[in-house]
Amino acid sequence: MNVFGFHYRLERKTIGLVLAIIGVASIGGLVEIAPLFTIHQTVEDAPDMRVYTPLELAGRNIYIREGCYACHSQMIRTLRDEVERYGPYSLAVESKYDHPMLWGSKRTGPDLARIGEKYSDQWHVAHLINPRDVVPESVMPAYAWLMRTELQTDRLGAHLKAMRAVGVPYTDAMIANASADAYGQAAPDSPYAEGVTTRYGQATTVRTFDGVPSRLTEMDALVAYLQVLGRLTEAAHKPVAAAQTSDAKAKE
Amino acid sequence: MIGQLTTSERQAALLILLAVTLCGLVMAVIGHGDPFGAHGAIVMLAGLIGLFAVVSKYYAPEPDAERLTRYYDDPSKAGILIAMAWAVFGLFVGDWVAWLLVNPDLTFDAGWSSFGRIRPAHTTAVIFGFGGNALIATSFYVMQRTSRARLPGQLSPWFVLYGYNLFCVLAVTGYLMGVTQSKEYAEPEWYADLWLVVVWVVYFLIYLRVLARRKEPHIYVANWYYLAFILVVAVLHIVNNLAVPISLGEAKSYSAFSGVQDAMTQWWYGHNAVAFFLTAGFLGMMYYYMPKRAGRPIYSYRLSIISFWGITFFYMWAGSHHLHYTALPHWVQTLGMTFSVMLLVPSWASASNALLTLNGAWHKVRDDATLRFMMVAAVFYGLSTFEGSFMAIRSVNSLSHYTDWTVGHVHAGALGWVAMITFGSIYASVPWLWQREAMYSAKLVEAHFWLAVAGTVIYVFAMWNSGIIQGLMWRTYNESGTLAYSFVDSLVAMHPYYIARAVGGLLFLTGAVIGCYNIWMTIRSAPRLADEPVSRQPEPELAPVLQPGE
Repeated sequence: MNVFGFHYRLERKTIGLVLAIIGVASIGGLVEIAPLFTIHQTVEDAPDMRVYTPLELAGRNIYIREGCYACHSQMIRTLRDEVERYGPYSLAVESKYDHPMLWGSKRTGPDLARIGEKYSDQWHVAHLINPRDVVPESVMPAYAWLMRTELQTDRLGAHLKAMRAVGVPYTDAMIANASADAYGQAAPDSPYAEGVTTRYGQATTVRTFDGVPSRLTEMDALVAYLQVLGRLTEAAHKPVAAAQTSDAKAKE
Repeated sequence: MIGQLTTSERQAALLILLAVTLCGLVMAVIGHGDPFGAHGAIVMLAGLIGLFAVVSKYYAPEPDAERLTRYYDDPSKAGILIAMAWAVFGLFVGDWVAWLLVNPDLTFDAGWSSFGRIRPAHTTAVIFGFGGNALIATSFYVMQRTSRARLPGQLSPWFVLYGYNLFCVLAVTGYLMGVTQSKEYAEPEWYADLWLVVVWVVYFLIYLRVLARRKEPHIYVANWYYLAFILVVAVLHIVNNLAVPISLGEAKSYSAFSGVQDAMTQWWYGHNAVAFFLTAGFLGMMYYYMPKRAGRPIYSYRLSIISFWGITFFYMWAGSHHLHYTALPHWVQTLGMTFSVMLLVPSWASASNALLTLNGAWHKVRDDATLRFMMVAAVFYGLSTFEGSFMAIRSVNSLSHYTDWTVGHVHAGALGWVAMITFGSIYASVPWLWQREAMYSAKLVEAHFWLAVAGTVIYVFAMWNSGIIQGLMWRTYNESGTLAYSFVDSLVAMHPYYIARAVGGLLFLTGAVIGCYNIWMTIRSAPRLADEPVSRQPEPELAPVLQPGE
């Protein structure tokens, strides 16, 4: 009875009602979100984790621009069938440098968290030009025009800078050479190629992703990004990493 | 519209529009070559159209003081018409994307027309375009009646309405150009987000000012919901959209959060956009229009209190059920699941409060398609909140997540609940607002009702089938212990359901088009009631005349 009596008085006060709504509505988010930034085990340690190269980041931005996340997830759940279909389940650390994350919410197409190096560059290029040439039943849109569109590289330094502002450890050298590195990663015979592996590690793939070395296209960038998915760190493939987070992943 | 403004309001409008135009010009210049510049041109165009409209009527006679004795309903009228336009556009785009999954080659070899770019155009147009405008229009109507106070000024409601629509236009045109943050239902980039904050603050201040001037000691329950909608959406919007733009002259930004924290923030936002945009706001609508149309008081005051605070508290915990079995820590998943199940209590309290309100008026539900829209909306609200709690259970979610089941669930809520309560409220308020006896054609309302119900049922059944088949095929093993189906096998199995879904959507769209025609004809041709005495109005105690001494 008293509760309703209290409410009977509360609903006569605008500001009281406003403050009560904000207070009551804030609790859930504070309890669930704030600790994710403070509890250390939330994100696993992965010393081998590398950042995206400028070309891969440009490809990621094309992936975002085209809304690929609307049909493809990048989050393999801790379920037996998903691990057998797609590979080891996704760890939090694997999307540590993903601003924003692209975990997705719907699989009209398959999960892409471990698509990197599963298919050849040629397969990806053919598939993006017309998915039905490679998978006749596919309902994916054709992205032939990516092959015809020159990649804009002049602002990549500013992109890396903004990423550094939100916490991704890009060095000054990476930012200064962003445009050249984007070009070099898709032109292995050019003088710019070497800097890419120097700055981003020997494991970085330097290839003519779209098959045409003379031009840097949006196709180069997108394929470079797809080929690095699931390959920024080996953490998910190591049993140790899985054990470290066993409390969070006890399910499987 | 301009004729209703006083001279000082016209001057203020000119200043604001001039500022908008200049802002657009600056954006267009520094953003040249970037989509940011194109958006600058759109902002400038919007400012110029507004300037032209105000200047052309600037010397029109001022409104007389008699206006202050009446509620100010012009923004509500405009908002309803704009909402219906967005409904047709958004439903059309939705049906188009549905057909794209039947025939993927309908994209003309161009970027703007592919599934990934026009799908957010669909979601934004229906949620924010249709739903948002309907909420703004009805909230202006409801806050005045239930407070027995006129809107505080005549300019600020227009600022909110048109400013909000500028945001929607920037959002939708942005997606077609490839401008998106990729956060579902929060896709617009940083500058559009900032603009929405400005509009929203003004909206909130209008609400506070109307409540401050109210002649009723108690704030009516519909206003609790509208207030919660405005306040919590503001909090969600600001937190989830925190980002660093690459420069002040470019559209692209990078989210402040990454990975698991970003996922949790995004679905805290995403699920509560459902809660406070698509539920709280529309419950506010229901709590006013349903009892008015039925001619019955709300069944239970206490049930209203319990469900309001239950929804406000529990919903904010539920977002993590979008992330079961992911890299999100297990304890957060469990909290999300627990609160999602508990959420069924306030949700069903609301739904039953609505349906029990109809006791004694069921004969009206039978005869009046407008009231039947609202009744069916309450039923779908009950059904989809049950389904939502069910799908939030971890083991159920392992099957339903990533499948069309989720899409079906969302549309049971969006078509069955949100759109139906909105259509019901619009059909109720159009004759009140334009002072007509009734809608132009009750038969067309009836036709719209059955098209909407048929479309929703076909859509939802198609997605239940496809979603559950998909989920089962992905996890089926053969005798030798390996996966029985490839991914493409499951895609092929979807084909008939994707056709059925697109047909259901087409029926729903047809209904909305009929609704537009009916509303248009009501405004154009039905006889006026202007000369009738106030007592003949359909709602005597809340007739659009203020109390003396205002």
